[in-house]
Amino acid sequence: MNKPLAAPELLLVSQLLPSFQAQPGGLLPLLHAVQDALGFIPANAVPLIAEGMNLSRAEVHGVMTYYHFFRSTPPGQHVVQVCRAEACRSCGSEELWAQAQSLLGCGAHETSADGQFSLEPVYCLGLCASSPAVQIDDKLHVRMNEAKFKTVLAKLGSAA
Amino acid sequence: MITLYVPCDSAALAAGADDVVDALHAHAQAHGVAIDIQRNSSRGLFWLEPLVEVLTPQGRMAYGPVSPEDVPGLFEAGFLNGGAHALSLGLTDQIPYLAKQQRLTFARMGITRPLSLDDYAAHGGWVGLKNAVAMDAAAVVQQVLDSGLRGRGGAAFPAGIKWRTVLGTTSAQKYVVCNADEGDSGTFSDRMTMEGDPYMLIEGMTIAGLAVGANLGYIYIRSEYPHAIATMNTAITLAESAGYLGDNVLGSGQAFRLEVRKAAGAYVCGEETAMLESIEGKRGIVRAKPPLPALEGLFGQPTVINNVITLASVPIIMAKGAAFYKDFGMGRSTGTLPFQITGNVLQGGLVERAFGLSLRELLFDFGGGSRSGRPIKAVQVGGPLGAYVPESQWDVPLDYEAYAAMGAVVGHGGIVVHDDTANMASLARYAMEFCALESCGKCTPCRIGSTRGMETIDRIGTAANKEQQVHLLRDLCDTMLHGSLCAMGGMTPYPVLSALNHYPADFGLEAKPVSSV
Repeated sequence: MNKPLAAPELLLVSQLLPSFQAQPGGLLPLLHAVQDALGFIPANAVPLIAEGMNLSRAEVHGVMTYYHFFRSTPPGQHVVQVCRAEACRSCGSEELWAQAQSLLGCGAHETSADGQFSLEPVYCLGLCASSPAVQIDDKLHVRMNEAKFKTVLAKLGSAA
Repeated sequence: MITLYVPCDSAALAAGADDVVDALHAHAQAHGVAIDIQRNSSRGLFWLEPLVEVLTPQGRMAYGPVSPEDVPGLFEAGFLNGGAHALSLGLTDQIPYLAKQQRLTFARMGITRPLSLDDYAAHGGWVGLKNAVAMDAAAVVQQVLDSGLRGRGGAAFPAGIKWRTVLGTTSAQKYVVCNADEGDSGTFSDRMTMEGDPYMLIEGMTIAGLAVGANLGYIYIRSEYPHAIATMNTAITLAESAGYLGDNVLGSGQAFRLEVRKAAGAYVCGEETAMLESIEGKRGIVRAKPPLPALEGLFGQPTVINNVITLASVPIIMAKGAAFYKDFGMGRSTGTLPFQITGNVLQGGLVERAFGLSLRELLFDFGGGSRSGRPIKAVQVGGPLGAYVPESQWDVPLDYEAYAAMGAVVGHGGIVVHDDTANMASLARYAMEFCALESCGKCTPCRIGSTRGMETIDRIGTAANKEQQVHLLRDLCDTMLHGSLCAMGGMTPYPVLSALNHYPADFGLEAKPVSSV
């Protein structure tokens, strides 16, 4: 499932390690740093992280898989997050969620066949007064509607 | 040179504030007009974002919501001198939505630039900390006790009692932890505070540190709030170089430092003990209590844990005194709460008012009714674990005790409005689904009960023996309420049962006299 960790990526993980080894509770900050650098946390990095942090592989695996934010597979070129929490539901987020699935041809936590988009549900972006909210990569969108959503996705899709 | 203000709050950015700034600069440059655009925090009137303010001799004049296409027209209308335009809102301070508020904690919001130490100091910042430095620790704790400040995160536990407990311990290492894992849908006051007035939180945490003898504080911020994380990190660095944090806080001889910890998308980490586990680098699994975190908290040491708004309320208490703060509110709910009006509402935003106003005032006097124009059907108060409040209860004063008495919670002050197209059975099912998704798995009622709950609600919709299924669901909710380790499983029944009790028709049931939760 995971692509093998290429040597430069392995090197990067081992370079990151020393900054976090002395930090109390350093595993989460380290995992964030790895994901920031690589876009995901490859399964083959787990033994290296475990050894570096003086933890068992099971502990590292447990933490990685417990938190929704960490991904063990590379994301698509663009990550589309649709808020599905109450304030967004009250203004049509479920319709947007269904639209995203049909436009991208993938479900939750999946990547479109062309590798361009990963679709993620998110439970609150803190933009509840201007719902529904969608985040695409780093860009936030509020008062999203189906026409606007389609245009934004089409623009990104053709630019890639 | 004319000064303009365009917010940098992420809700303003999401509405296109940066594009408006670019358009303003481009137009001004093309026409040889000198303008200075300051990026302030947001007033919290989100239906008006991007809100552009112009500094005039009369005060700040507001225009909004402004799109880049409106910019040439605004210049033609002479908005730089406060000229009339279709988007004109008059003097910002006199916009009724703002004028009717009692902004204590949010006094600077929308006025100052978030990272400007000068702006913060010029608007009453650091006064509380300076007063605290001049007092002994027990006196500071007494002020917080006397103010009646209760935890704004949901549980409403008196903050001063936690502080007193930590102060009374003899451990060499103590911590202050700020719970900024604001995961409740319908809330954004923590996000606004961290993005818009970060020094207020730093000041509140530093006062807590000095008061209980802690030299290190952590701010646990959700990963969904990248702007808040960035702003807090910068603010900590700037505050430290200015001597408000570090080895010798304002010459007090006491050290206090702060560190931001980024969460990773687990809702249950908003529960305080799960959050401690997460900061310790583990899976965010709820701990059994006792021991209380005030005695054995982070890394086993005495720890003050408060949420963002609780800690952010401390500077004004220390600046103006416990008596000043206590004058606001009603009964045992003292002070103000930043209510957040969200969802299907015309004028969504932040309303800071003393406890005791009614939901009806928030929904109509402030919110202006539903955004869709349809009748409001149900209002969820206090986040995803809060009850759905039907119209018959909209006149009950928003006060911790009054809400508890009707089986609801004020919680974090989030208010989500649903119009009459909402299906309450499907929202009840969603509450169970969310619990199943976010349960840490430690206790059975939450881990298993949430999934059984979804199935039972589905069967109420389809099975022939509806009444038996309803009985089962109530039984299950009773087990979750009384048998769960924390509020995740223990409060999921609130939205479920309130939906069932007040909107039986949505479950295909006949209306019956309403029993309480």
